[in-house]
Amino acid sequence: MSRSRPDPTATARPGAGPDDAYLGLVSRGPGRKLATSLGLPAPVDLRRHDPTRPLVPGPVLVLSRRSSPGAGPAPGEQDEDAAALARHLVDRGLEVHRHEDEVPSIGAVVLCLTDLETPSDLTGPALELGSVLRKLAPGGRVVAVTRPARGVALGAAANLTDDTLSDTAPEAAGADTGETAKEGEGTQSSRTGAFSGVVRNAARQGAIAFLRSTAQEMRGGVTANGIVVADGVPVTAPSVLGGLDFLLSGRSAFVDGQFLVVGSAEGEAPAAGGEEAAPLDGKVVVVTGAARGIGEQIARLLAAQGARVVPVDVPAAGQALSALANDLTTASLSLDVTAPDAGTRILEHCRSRYGRIDGIVHNAGITRDKMLANMDEARFASVLSVNVEAPLRITEQLLADPAADGLRVVGLASTSGIAGNRGQTNYAASKAGIIGMVAAMAPLLAARGGTANAVAPGFIETEMTARIPLARRQVARRLNSLQQGGLPRDVAEAIAFLLSDAAAGISGQTLRVCGQNMVGA
Amino acid sequence: MSSESHPATTSQPTGPQERSQRAAWVVAGNRTPFARSGGQYASASVQELFTAALEGLIARAGLAGERLGAVAGGAVLKQPRSFNLVRESVLGSALDPQTPGIDVQQACATGMETTSLIANKIRCGQIEAGIAGGVDSASDAPIVVGEGLRRVLLQLNRARSTADKLKALSKLRPGDLAPVAPGVNEPRTGLSMGEHQAITTAAWGLTRQAQDEIAEFSHHRLAEAWESGFFDDLVTPFRGVTRDTNLRPDTSMEKLGGLSPVFGTSLDTEPTMTAGNSTPLTDGASAVLIATQEWAAERGLPLLAEVLDFETAAVDFVDGHEGLLMAPAYAAPRLLARNGLTLQDIDLVEIHEAFAATVLAILAAWEDAEFCRDRLGLEQPVGAVDRRRLNVHGSSLAAGHPFAATGTRIVATLAKELKARAVAEDRPVTGLISVCAAGGQGAVALLRAYPGN
Repeated sequence: MSRSRPDPTATARPGAGPDDAYLGLVSRGPGRKLATSLGLPAPVDLRRHDPTRPLVPGPVLVLSRRSSPGAGPAPGEQDEDAAALARHLVDRGLEVHRHEDEVPSIGAVVLCLTDLETPSDLTGPALELGSVLRKLAPGGRVVAVTRPARGVALGAAANLTDDTLSDTAPEAAGADTGETAKEGEGTQSSRTGAFSGVVRNAARQGAIAFLRSTAQEMRGGVTANGIVVADGVPVTAPSVLGGLDFLLSGRSAFVDGQFLVVGSAEGEAPAAGGEEAAPLDGKVVVVTGAARGIGEQIARLLAAQGARVVPVDVPAAGQALSALANDLTTASLSLDVTAPDAGTRILEHCRSRYGRIDGIVHNAGITRDKMLANMDEARFASVLSVNVEAPLRITEQLLADPAADGLRVVGLASTSGIAGNRGQTNYAASKAGIIGMVAAMAPLLAARGGTANAVAPGFIETEMTARIPLARRQVARRLNSLQQGGLPRDVAEAIAFLLSDAAAGISGQTLRVCGQNMVGA
Repeated sequence: MSSESHPATTSQPTGPQERSQRAAWVVAGNRTPFARSGGQYASASVQELFTAALEGLIARAGLAGERLGAVAGGAVLKQPRSFNLVRESVLGSALDPQTPGIDVQQACATGMETTSLIANKIRCGQIEAGIAGGVDSASDAPIVVGEGLRRVLLQLNRARSTADKLKALSKLRPGDLAPVAPGVNEPRTGLSMGEHQAITTAAWGLTRQAQDEIAEFSHHRLAEAWESGFFDDLVTPFRGVTRDTNLRPDTSMEKLGGLSPVFGTSLDTEPTMTAGNSTPLTDGASAVLIATQEWAAERGLPLLAEVLDFETAAVDFVDGHEGLLMAPAYAAPRLLARNGLTLQDIDLVEIHEAFAATVLAILAAWEDAEFCRDRLGLEQPVGAVDRRRLNVHGSSLAAGHPFAATGTRIVATLAKELKARAVAEDRPVTGLISVCAAGGQGAVALLRAYPGN
């Protein structure tokens, strides 16, 4: 007689693909052959997280400047960072190689570029990566590990504060690791100290666009991303290793051409062995706008990863919110995020029910698209009110209480907030506001052991995007390196990672989940 | 038994009377928005409606997967196949399927009686927590066949031979095929509730103006409550309905005054009761979660209000000795006296607006020295109710009245308001609920909230 209760993670299962007929047609069989011969986009089903499958679809090749042929390690030179990354991957139970001729097929390439000193240092590893790309299995990964550079922002807001970026004082930066400092002196002997920083910055910035271009050349659902490790932070920092796990795994399926920026060595190193089953175990996390769409998938995924989710939505969405809360065996909270006391009520709910609050995902958002010439105040103001003013007010109210120490904040930005979008002046302003919010909030939260980050989704297959006219929708889907829309689950995976202990060294950043959308920024 | 000698301990109860009663607390409430019958919920069964009310309550309190001591509910209009309505609703909800369900029916006081039942089970130590509720849908009312057809069908069922079957069928007359809609008329008088109230209205000389004022006030106060978000944690939308559909925020004395009387038109006196100052047929469901302090504290749920006491009265209306809907006027003074209270000790009064005139008649009776002396046996009148303390967030004239659901709608609304006032005024705040019911019955209850938790 008992009611069969749906698996709360049911909609987050692998294979639950988008309602994309074109993808279904060309992802395999004769349709694929035809599309390829006609030069049409040929997207494939992405490799998404599946606990029954390994972290990567084959052995991992760890490359670095000093491992590349012809530029092998000079006598006495160490290849410490690459070796440390390789050790971590071995600890993960993966088959790791340092030379491509050792393996016929490769699941992922980790490119350690932390020691670039001049632009030409990139040549060796770049060409070695190029020579192995054909060996990459479908759904494979390229992950570069680099050091930050001054220049055009890395991602939406992948900037670091001056104290974590020391291009003019490499000796100071390497002071923690005496070995590195010595190497630095060796390679810069022919340059003055000040200008060597300029050369290094050029090399580092070069690595960024190198990787982004590589990502655009990948096929078969292969993605290429990077991890930018702040100067002074070792590559063995928890968030570097945790970020590496995330980018190698199926959890980052729709993250492409992006950089995770690790600003500190904070966080808890991911445990050895396989992936953690419940990385958010016991954390009390509020998700606004949870009744449907991306918010519902966020709530379900966080719950599946062990979080005690507090799903929040407007009273009018109460029926769907109740169904979700009951599925997740949690308590719902009906409130309008624009209410003046919304943050206080959220805090009160979390405190009385759980005695704590560990995180909040500001997912609630609306669109009121109109060309600026036709825009009215109601449309413009309401979008700002829900999408950015509410997250600001709620977070401010939460932070007024000591219970919010260690709070992990994730905002929902958008690729529209990075590049702008025709017809979305209001929406883009609000989403860029989120990018600005988390960037400036990071230091405030750092003082209390918390983080603030944002996720910027590109084209995601939701009820909302399903209402876009067919032709426009088909075009929008193909305008990224993976040539398809992402799933709500892809956004949720990125958010879950940013809420995890392993991501405690990442703050103030905006991570795009857009399949490397050509946003024109 | 162990061989060690135990001194007689006082912790061993020697009889039921020695068990101390525990307090029962309202900790959460939920209802569907109420919808006028034949509207948005026209195709929803009472089971769907009640399940929806339960699901919203379960979500709000975080009860999914919990086994509760009992869920008590009921419907006035119930199809025979829904004999186990509450248990079936529990099975369709997120509660642990090992939660028992009890069907209760006391006409419009059903929600009051289920609240009393669950609270008493808690007070007696039988259960730690339970849900009380009620549901009704005039849209899902049972349609029964006429008595003639029913006899023929039963005889047909018993018939063995074809000849017997034909014989049974031959008794069928065309008139027998007309279905019989459910009656809300009093079986013993044949009068509708409205006609009964019209007699009482005339007897107390209640004016059209006074009745319309009650109706206007009800709509305006309910609209304000909705606007202020008061119902955000008391209502969960259902089938796309997010507010009570009977609510007319913009109603006015002028608009109400334009309506034609519908009841009492055959009486000698001027008819005063209209569709505006009477409740419409309504579909909806409501539920409240009641628990011990310990059970609520374990789950971080607030103690909104203690369920103090209940009283039910019944009057002899059949021979016209008393008005059909006047029983609460008898029940409340008995309840107050038993608890050492007077009407003046009550901070908030909720009188179910079956009709505006019902409220006015009860208020008039309590102020009437003769009524209080002759009918209630009181030396002093019960007294007047300060209108500022009456139905402060509106009542059934605005929200509508799905018969069995009204009691727990009021319990949840009042409990929340009492708690807010207790905290704001830093003192215990007491409320009285009065609900009249068919058959000359009336149920009243006392709730009390405290500033602390």
